[in-house]
Amino acid sequence: MTPRTDVNAFIGDYPFRSVPHPDPDALVRVMDREEIAQAWVGSLPAVWHRDPAHANEALISRLTTHASRLRPVPTIRPDWPQWRDALGRCADHKAPAIRAYPAHWGLGADDPRLMELAAECAGQGIVLLLTVRFEDLRQRHSLDVAADLSAASVRELARADTGARIVVTAASRDLIEEVHWGLTPNERAKVWWDISWLWGPPEDHLAHLLRTIGSERFVFGTGWPLRLAQTPRANLALLPDELRALQLSDPSTWS
Amino acid sequence: MGLAGAGPLIDVHAHFYYDGCARADWQQLNAARLRAGRAIGITCHVGSILGSWGRNSPIYFQSPADTIVGNDAMLALQRAHGSLVRSYVAVNPNDITLALGEIERCVALGAIGIKLAAARRADDPRVDPIAAYAVEHSLPVLHHVWQHRRRYWPGQDASDGVELWRLAARHPGMNIILAHIGGGGDYSHTFAAVRETPNVYLDLAGSGVDRGMLDDALAAVGPRRLLWGADLTLCTGLAKLWALEAIGLAADDLSDIRWRNAARIFPPGAFMSSAEAVTSPVSREGRGSARTVA
Repeated sequence: MTPRTDVNAFIGDYPFRSVPHPDPDALVRVMDREEIAQAWVGSLPAVWHRDPAHANEALISRLTTHASRLRPVPTIRPDWPQWRDALGRCADHKAPAIRAYPAHWGLGADDPRLMELAAECAGQGIVLLLTVRFEDLRQRHSLDVAADLSAASVRELARADTGARIVVTAASRDLIEEVHWGLTPNERAKVWWDISWLWGPPEDHLAHLLRTIGSERFVFGTGWPLRLAQTPRANLALLPDELRALQLSDPSTWS
Repeated sequence: MGLAGAGPLIDVHAHFYYDGCARADWQQLNAARLRAGRAIGITCHVGSILGSWGRNSPIYFQSPADTIVGNDAMLALQRAHGSLVRSYVAVNPNDITLALGEIERCVALGAIGIKLAAARRADDPRVDPIAAYAVEHSLPVLHHVWQHRRRYWPGQDASDGVELWRLAARHPGMNIILAHIGGGGDYSHTFAAVRETPNVYLDLAGSGVDRGMLDDALAAVGPRRLLWGADLTLCTGLAKLWALEAIGLAADDLSDIRWRNAARIFPPGAFMSSAEAVTSPVSREGRGSARTVA
């Protein structure tokens, strides 16, 4: 497997611990080392800003010098005034996706504003990218109280039949299975999962999911700069022999 | 050459399973660990079995009967796999008489270290007889740790770095392996707690792969007090080895982490398969750095 696009990268500081060099230049160097052609890059602090507009502007500005490899993924919250305008500007910056954080914004699984956001994304051909977690629950700062994104949130979005492509990052095996097998085949076809929070041997969660769900539903993601970018590469390298030739879905080929 | 490069590589934090434990897929799990170990280039898995893994008694509060059965199963794996697998003897300090007897029995059968999990806090005086035994018989103790435990967590009386530090301070001749800095919780609290405690070694295991964790561990205790391990996620173990190379760690320091520190603190001859791993550092520098410091 040759990873081509990292859908789960960020730049910017993290409020709860020091993260080394969370900047575009460092990211490009890591991508060269890890043989990653392109990265979808979000703003790490944006999720904790009430209004993500400034973080989005900073993100787009900081990625300009690496525009061929670092694609901006702005944060759009559908409970904020003028969010449709903000989404509309994403196309101007060739954003392949936008990030949304329902758990951090207190939006329940059946919140209609999420469905509206998904429908708008579908209309503009932009992927809706969700994040299950930034850090392991066991290590979180006492002020970092948002729950993990629930399986119900993903299921409801996929069942809403908005036509949006949904990419879910940092999901573990149990959540993926709970969503995937809770959807119809047509609904499943609109949901992809990054592999950044799936474990290899001996539990072999990644191998299990590739066998049961299929490699076409999975995309490459690192979680950089929070997590070691080497981890998904190691996970792929440790797949059983019969799975080594499988290809993950490559978002750069999505039309 | 394995994915982790050439040279000895000792996983000081492995686990295995057996027929009758809580995992019906126990054979598959053991096989997957060994398969991945071959791919990575692991030359020795130092493993433990915690009772029946929850089938007949809780994982972290194993009954006396489960303790014995689990240790027997671990020793059987060691016999079956020759030098590739070595054993800790896992005990519950609440049954101290049985625990001490079990350690003696299993060491006589080939166990090379002691595993303490979370049946009693590390600084509880009930652990002291085990610590004294470990010092007397030069056995390292791998101790399960929750990095900065801020509350009670269900299913375990986990210790954190401060509690382990208290144990280490009471027994300066004891070599303690502080388990899985990536295994959950705030490792930076752990680093601060044990930074100046030379008989506490940090194992790198756990699913946690935070950027900055390895750098901070090196800054806190240096390469001579880090041990490589994987625990339940060999993928993250491999990623950490690659990351240590990427941050520019000197080859000699990397060798310390990969195997030489383990060879120093485990009993002589524990890793017979890797002749160079057990002879040069031990004969050159003497074993048991904690003893030297103490």
